[in-house]
Amino acid sequence: MPSITYREALNQAMVEEMERDPTVFLIGEEVAEYNGPYKVSQGMLERFGPRRVVDTPISEASFTGLAIGAAMTGLRPIVEFMSFNFSLMAFDQIFSNAAKMLYMSGGQFPVPMVMRGPGGPGSQVSSQHSNCLESLFANVPGLKVVMPATGYDAKGLLKSAIRDNNPVIFIENELLYGLSCDVPEEEYTLPIGVGEIKAAGSDVTLLAYSRMLLLAAEARGELEQDGISVEIVDPRTIKPLDLELIAKSIRKTHRMVIVEEGNRFGGVGAEIADQVYRACFDELDAPIERVTQKENPLPYAKAIEAASLPSVPEIVAAVKTVCYHN
Amino acid sequence: MDPVPVKSSSKSQVLAFPEAETTPLSRSTLTRTHKQLLDDLGRDRLVEMYRKMVEIRSFEQRAEQMYQQRKIGGYLHLYMGQEAVAVGLLAALRPDDYVATSYRDHGIALALGIRAELLMAELFGRATGVSGGKGGSMHFFSKEKNLLGGHGIVGGQIPIGLGAAFRAQYMETDQISLTLLGDGAMNQSVFHESMNMAALWSLPVIYVVENNQYGMGTSVERSTSVKNLAMRASAYGMEGVQIDGMNLLECYRTMHEAVKKRRESPSPMLIEVKTYRYRGHSISDPGQYRSKEEIARYRKIDPITQVRRLLEELDWLGEADAKALDKAVRDEIMEAVKFAEESPEPELAARDRDVYAP
Ligand SMILES: Cc1ncc(C[n+]2csc(CCOP(=O)(O)OP(=O)(O)O)c2C)c(N)n1
Ligand SMILES: [Mg+2]
Repeated sequence: MPSITYREALNQAMVEEMERDPTVFLIGEEVAEYNGPYKVSQGMLERFGPRRVVDTPISEASFTGLAIGAAMTGLRPIVEFMSFNFSLMAFDQIFSNAAKMLYMSGGQFPVPMVMRGPGGPGSQVSSQHSNCLESLFANVPGLKVVMPATGYDAKGLLKSAIRDNNPVIFIENELLYGLSCDVPEEEYTLPIGVGEIKAAGSDVTLLAYSRMLLLAAEARGELEQDGISVEIVDPRTIKPLDLELIAKSIRKTHRMVIVEEGNRFGGVGAEIADQVYRACFDELDAPIERVTQKENPLPYAKAIEAASLPSVPEIVAAVKTVCYHN
Repeated sequence: MDPVPVKSSSKSQVLAFPEAETTPLSRSTLTRTHKQLLDDLGRDRLVEMYRKMVEIRSFEQRAEQMYQQRKIGGYLHLYMGQEAVAVGLLAALRPDDYVATSYRDHGIALALGIRAELLMAELFGRATGVSGGKGGSMHFFSKEKNLLGGHGIVGGQIPIGLGAAFRAQYMETDQISLTLLGDGAMNQSVFHESMNMAALWSLPVIYVVENNQYGMGTSVERSTSVKNLAMRASAYGMEGVQIDGMNLLECYRTMHEAVKKRRESPSPMLIEVKTYRYRGHSISDPGQYRSKEEIARYRKIDPITQVRRLLEELDWLGEADAKALDKAVRDEIMEAVKFAEESPEPELAARDRDVYAP
């Protein structure tokens, strides 16, 4: 099996789906001639031409709205946000139009489209470029939210997202683009809404997604030294959530820690904890712990930026707390 | 050629949009207006403006180097090539006027008179920086100098500047709001919405489009349906002009006249300044979408060299003095680096400060 980067996996998914379905096209800033701001669309202009790989002006609200209109009339757009921070310019289109169209038209107008791009903090890019928006998107009925952590997951899920008949928010991560993993040459897809146990364990369920899985894996290694066996659960999709997988893990471990890179108040972890309490309260031997970003906008200065974000020591401490281990 | 709309509605000025001409500064080719302007400015002010341009260039060169040495992180958008714009425009403003700009804010902040050491400290993420180390390169703010920010979201500052103009009208002051934006930012919704309100309510905002001809890797031709960006003013019944942004005197003259008029009778204006950035969009962009010849063409009309030549021709600053000035500025920037390096990082408590106002 060839080892390819997360970035290449995304590229393959788009290329394969565009080969398969002539209604699929890519639109966004610098996706064509520049080969993508993060080179995710490398070579796609050359392969598909400017009709299907479309560079736009810096007009997020309107090119997102354009994609919604195109989707309502039979195309399957992939919108690339240079970063999800800039999707905020298009929030009205996403919230009021993409998410609501099918419902308020009484089922007449599905909006089959993908909105993808990197999300989450980069490195020292300060407050306006460091948003984690998944909890906002997940709050809106009508949207699906996918956040893969590996190239394998990214490829399989992006192909499913493109084939899905709903607007799918597909949040990648800049700091994952360069990481490699094995990805089969044969065609495959992964279902939206199905998570995966990334590492088996018996003492505690550690739920993390996207880049936070790297921290979770590191924490797991450290905790092993202390004799604590950690099971890492990656939901891969935030909405719909694979509660079944999570509950199954908790029935084994009876303890849970949820890590998310975004802010705490109204975060994804709050929703997951609520669902877990409702599904398997009796199984829990300790209250769920959450590790999140602190409640401040992200600063530029390195040390206080790091102190604002979830860290391996915080995850280790949270696991020890739920295990009553000191 | 662009169409030249000359019909004006009852509210608008007469609108004509000739392409700005590029005539590098030289004693022999000075226009009458420029000669008059030079007389009004005098030697000292022109030398001062020259010094400011050199300071910006020198600051940016050092910042670039410090980034390469990993003393600076995040994004870094350099201003080299655009110095005449910041210096020319801001020389025409009063200290109580307001300024808002994009993330490409180093030149504007320096031209406003913010000390280089405070800006370098911000780039180094130190507590002594203009934004306390929390903003970094893209987010220079100064309450003292009425700098309403460097803004990271393309177009984000456009309505902010409108707000400052609204306040001037509300308080019945004669302050001006100068709001700078890039050519790429002209295609954001907020630009059109703000232009309309500015004209509708006759707000004293001067929008300056720093047309450096690219938004990241996308040239204006590929992003914008008209070539002459100033022309867009006509859609809102607003005065608009296009000028040569490599020419310091043109930048100063245009702004000076625009400001003078608006102090007496408030109205908005759109100034398109044709300029060029020598570096890539940010430090991580090699800028391969531009040819060497294109860059060389602009290097030939370098805004700083133009003024330096003029100063020599006028016998206002000889070669030796110019060299000494360059060196003094370079030393100052090195001092700024030293200040930044010796400054403390923000303490942990700063992380939680300023999330909410007291
Ligand atoms: C809303 C939004 N979309 C995209 C970006 C990414 N981005 C940053 S700068 C830039 C180009 C802006 O070009 P222009 O307005 O011409 O300003 P310049 O950089 O040339 O000064 C882009 C696309 C952003 N910061 N904000
Ligand atoms: Mg530009």
